[in-house]
Amino acid sequence: MSSQPHYTAYHPKWYRRPVSVWWWLERWPYTKFVLRELTSLPVGYFALLTLWQVRALVEGEAAYQRFLARLESPAFLMLNIICFGGIMFHALTWFHLTPKAMVVRISGKRLPDAFIIFLNYVGWIGLSAGIVLIWMRG
Amino acid sequence: MTDTITLAIARYRPEREAEPTLQEYEVPFRQDWAILDALNYIKDQLDGTLSFRWSCRMGVCGSCGMMVNGQPTLTCAAFLSSYLPGPIRVEALRFFPIVRDLVVDITDFMNKLKKVKPWIIREEEKPLSEGEYLQTPNELDRYKHHSMCINCLLCYAACPVVGLEPSFIGPAAIALAQRYNMDSRDQGAAERLSILSGDEGMWQCTFVGECTEVCPKGVDPAGAIQQYKLTGATHWLKSLLLPWASK
Repeated sequence: MSSQPHYTAYHPKWYRRPVSVWWWLERWPYTKFVLRELTSLPVGYFALLTLWQVRALVEGEAAYQRFLARLESPAFLMLNIICFGGIMFHALTWFHLTPKAMVVRISGKRLPDAFIIFLNYVGWIGLSAGIVLIWMRG
Repeated sequence: MTDTITLAIARYRPEREAEPTLQEYEVPFRQDWAILDALNYIKDQLDGTLSFRWSCRMGVCGSCGMMVNGQPTLTCAAFLSSYLPGPIRVEALRFFPIVRDLVVDITDFMNKLKKVKPWIIREEEKPLSEGEYLQTPNELDRYKHHSMCINCLLCYAACPVVGLEPSFIGPAAIALAQRYNMDSRDQGAAERLSILSGDEGMWQCTFVGECTEVCPKGVDPAGAIQQYKLTGATHWLKSLLLPWASK
């Protein structure tokens, strides 16, 4: 047998099942994975939206009011609601995957997965609360 | 009470057919039978031409991994009673070339496994007179779950990246590399990192996570790969910020 690193030697009688382009619809965990990857689009969209908002702010009061008025159109509202759903799916699925990549040991004992997930939520709620506080004072 | 159950088995006889076809067999239903027992019943009583691999019947040898109703499964550990009323579809492990019926060729995996050097590497072996390399229970605990791998390859059949990028070294091999990296007696982490941070290594993994879901031994390859990515990224960042510190 050859020691080719990638493939075993071609054998005409072995059957190799081709992978369908629809492989990600074959099982729900695959579909969920592809959805999670696709949610990077809403994340990118919100980043662009923020840049646009900053530009409007820089351009002055009138430009900012125009920006806000545009956001109130039904098309933008729909888009933002859908993208917000996407970004929540993105954040929450990653919160729940963190303990897989992050193993924290305290005096030799591994911290339970649920605790690491919990810390993510604490950080998220803490940051959000901080922003709300700043916004209310301002 | 059911007294028989149907198994639809993917047959591939290269001298007869161009691609696998399903063949149905009716076997007695017994509460204490695993799918492997039903396959052995078929082989012994109904059709001696059916080919499949098995050995230990108790989830240790890792030979009897197959697709059961589309899910990578160790057939000695899957009871008929979990699949009532049937039929149960049994196929060869996905993403491996099928040699015959339920038998796949795993040479490719064996080559990949060798690449990650799954053995203890020492910069210098200490002489026998100095005794064993000692390890505390805590040190053992760090890698023990990764060492439970039986090479059944269910994780390869569960991983879409393995199917789409055949060069990917794959879940079990990377988990085993990580098993040795985390072993306090090993000094080969840098050697393995240079192999696994390459094009075929851990960065191919997109974290679908199914390898861990199907693993019958709790090895958690997905976790091993993500933790390894973290090690790789930290190593890269260190070499960028402190080039004099890395060799």
